[in-house]
Amino acid sequence: MFKYFPHTTDDIQQMLGVIGVQSLDDLYAEIPEELKLKRDLDIPSEKSEVEVRRIIGDLAAQNKPLLCFAGGGVYDHYTPSVVPFLASRSEFSTSYTPYQAEISQGTLQYIFEYQTMMADLTGMDLSNASMYDGTTATAEAMMMCVAQAKKRNKVLISATSNPQVLRVVETYAHYHEVELVKVPAKGGVMDKDIARELIEKNDVAGLLVSQPNYYGIIEDFTGLADLCHAHKSLFAINTMASALGVLRSPGEWGADIACGDAQSLGIPMNYGGPYIGYLCTKNELVRKMPGRLVGATTDADGRRAFVLTMQAREQHIRREKATSNICTAQGFMCLFVASYLSLMGEKGLREVNEQSYAGAHYLHDALLKTGKFEDAFGSQPFLNEFTVRVKGDAKALRKSLAERGFLFGVETEGMPHCLTIAVTEMRSKQEIDSLISNL
Amino acid sequence: MNNVYYGKLVFELSKPGRVGYSLPKSEISGYSLNELPEALKRQGKTILPECDELTVVRHYTNMSNNNFGVDTGFYPLGSCTMKYNPKINEELCALPAFNRHPSTPVEFVQGSLKVYDEVQKTLSEISGLSRFTLNPYAGAHGELTGLMVIKAYHQQRGDNARTKIIVPNSAHGTNPASAAVAGFKVVEVKSLADGTVDVEDLKPLLGPDVAGMMMTNPNTLGIFERNIPVIARLVHDCGGLMYYDGANLNPMLGVCRPGDMGFDVMHINLHKTFSTPHGGGGPGSGPVGVRKGLEHLLPNPQVEKLADGTYTLQCDKDSLGSISTFLSNFTVIIRAYAYLLSLGKENVPMAGKLSVLNANYIKECLRSHYELPIEGLCKHEFVFDGLRPEFGGDHHDDNHVTTLDVAKRLLDYGFHAPTIYFPLLFHEALMIEPTETESKDTLDDFIAVMKRIAEESRDDREMVKTAPHHTPIRRLDDVKAVREPKFTFKNL
Repeated sequence: MFKYFPHTTDDIQQMLGVIGVQSLDDLYAEIPEELKLKRDLDIPSEKSEVEVRRIIGDLAAQNKPLLCFAGGGVYDHYTPSVVPFLASRSEFSTSYTPYQAEISQGTLQYIFEYQTMMADLTGMDLSNASMYDGTTATAEAMMMCVAQAKKRNKVLISATSNPQVLRVVETYAHYHEVELVKVPAKGGVMDKDIARELIEKNDVAGLLVSQPNYYGIIEDFTGLADLCHAHKSLFAINTMASALGVLRSPGEWGADIACGDAQSLGIPMNYGGPYIGYLCTKNELVRKMPGRLVGATTDADGRRAFVLTMQAREQHIRREKATSNICTAQGFMCLFVASYLSLMGEKGLREVNEQSYAGAHYLHDALLKTGKFEDAFGSQPFLNEFTVRVKGDAKALRKSLAERGFLFGVETEGMPHCLTIAVTEMRSKQEIDSLISNL
Repeated sequence: MNNVYYGKLVFELSKPGRVGYSLPKSEISGYSLNELPEALKRQGKTILPECDELTVVRHYTNMSNNNFGVDTGFYPLGSCTMKYNPKINEELCALPAFNRHPSTPVEFVQGSLKVYDEVQKTLSEISGLSRFTLNPYAGAHGELTGLMVIKAYHQQRGDNARTKIIVPNSAHGTNPASAAVAGFKVVEVKSLADGTVDVEDLKPLLGPDVAGMMMTNPNTLGIFERNIPVIARLVHDCGGLMYYDGANLNPMLGVCRPGDMGFDVMHINLHKTFSTPHGGGGPGSGPVGVRKGLEHLLPNPQVEKLADGTYTLQCDKDSLGSISTFLSNFTVIIRAYAYLLSLGKENVPMAGKLSVLNANYIKECLRSHYELPIEGLCKHEFVFDGLRPEFGGDHHDDNHVTTLDVAKRLLDYGFHAPTIYFPLLFHEALMIEPTETESKDTLDDFIAVMKRIAEESRDDREMVKTAPHHTPIRRLDDVKAVREPKFTFKNL
């Protein structure tokens, strides 16, 4: 037999005898013959562990390393060794959604910790634990706005949002039949005057904005929450999670919903995933919240313990009337975030941001000094990422730097001569200097 | 599993002044966050704890000891396919060379792109479909993506009248929920007494407003829908497409392919059929496959193999759009690739057959004690309708031993519970899926325990009704959790 199948020939015979059939194939006797595949699958033959390790190891070796100065929603942050170590404990990783609370307190507790941390960082009352990534979390935020508004079907989104977020929200809006309107940018930030005009029409369910925005600029949302609330719209902010430790929080801006990607909280870049989206809101909106929620309660002996709760919102109970189709509890990634934030604490999160800020500003100023770059939008406040216009061919420059081992930002979508460049605490001064000397 | 409850929260371990990380000292001076305008800065402190490294390691290790996983014991959770998660897969997906930024130019990530393409092709062959996207993050996300394919197909033909999706009343809850998110109206079709779709009930539902029908085959009762060719023809004749919910694909591996059954669009749960760990509920992965003629509708970005053997990324203008940050939960894809390589054409079909063997074996061994509502061969899973009346299961008796009681008592014996109260067709549904990676010895232990619980239910009802007795904590007050909601440490 094969290493993942424990059956002996004798076991199989005995079991077939109990069932009352002759062969394994007889177990499929009721299936019409014409539906059966009467040949071997056309896939490779079985491989030993040594061969599997070689094949995939060789493929990994075809990936060539680049020193990362790219962001655009995904950042190269430090992951303490403890984080993947703890996440690899198979009591956590090989468990299912914690339906049986009596034997799932580990999962339920770390999700409760995750919810506490994200609600606190965003300045909201509560957080769910179920979003795949920041793009889909923002789409869920859009659907929450429409569900809450009942008779309004229009949602505004700032054009300064990350295009990946915009594309996914647009897709969900198209199929969910939500009228999504982009609020245009002016000088690299959302045009608040146009946002105001649109909201004052009293038919907007919600406004979605981004912080820092796609270009790296920290936007000033003063007045937006009051404006939205005066016109019965919800206000939602998508924030890069790591920045929540130092930037004015969505709660402090008066937002009703906070959403985004928590990849920047210790999760490796993983060539696109897995990440975890966060979605936090106020108590008043809990019944419109999609996904899994863990709550505290007591057991039969009165001890504090944790359980999946408010399930009457969810697909397995409400079916087509559920707040969302989400079934995932993004547990493994909640554990990444909870253990990361436990180790880093407020001080560590601040230090990560301080170093990213310093590195990004140092590189930014050095680039401008070369005379080959200029700010894409003049002088604007930024944290760890900024957009510059290249005096020359941006694409070619990025390509030639890649050949020399640098991932020099991302090509700024919609701005052909621009690059958006990120620096995190992972980049040393020496690495930044080396990049500059290669320009 | 450690049956001593740990129960602390990390916030309760915090002490001012402790640190759990170390970063190099910055050599860059002259820049400080304080330079940012005050209005843009966070005002409030955070709740984040201050802990040293060992405190954090012990905290989560102690927590893990109160958790049950596949590596701990048997997990017969129906429709969840809790098979063994091979360890080599974990090793390979964690190779540093796979940890790349998504905007890395394609020339520098050829290995990753090849993994994607190979998995895509292998899934196509196993399913009998033309092409897969691996971008969807989970099963329900795959359903949503697949339904978007169906909607885009009709819309691009200019047929905007197709607003309905037909779903059997035995379907997974995600099916109607995904259809609603995709902007469809949901119409339920009834099941016959044997659990299969009632074709006569289906016929009058079909018409020019039907976009498609979602089915899982075998269905959630573990019964193969023998009428699938008829159903597929009826739906196709009215202009609709057939969607296959791949949650129950495991028993079909190498035996019978969704594409050959007449399905046009499907998703696969890599975390079920292809052994990637469930991770406490996620991250999953829900690749979506389509038949020939629908490939251009799959979401962007797409991986394309060029004539010279290299790989590139492309975006199709006719695509349904984007549904993810980038190209999927990539490390989950690597795990599934390692699994597919390990099993190969010899063992992929064997996985399915042994899962069916295990399910039928448990069913035959336990039908003396539990109510079996549907006779005949099951596939990878089956459903009991609670205990038989002579064992205290008569649900006309208000104080009968319920499926919940049986599930909780199982925990005392070191087993995870089956899926309970689903599907909704029975009062006391107890849905058991053993998977192929469980031995006859484990199944025999489980069967003995299930019989013992039945006998206990007959002889000592109160003890079963107050189970569990040997778990870290006892039954929880679910009502209190809803009435006095506490979602964060601050609420405690």
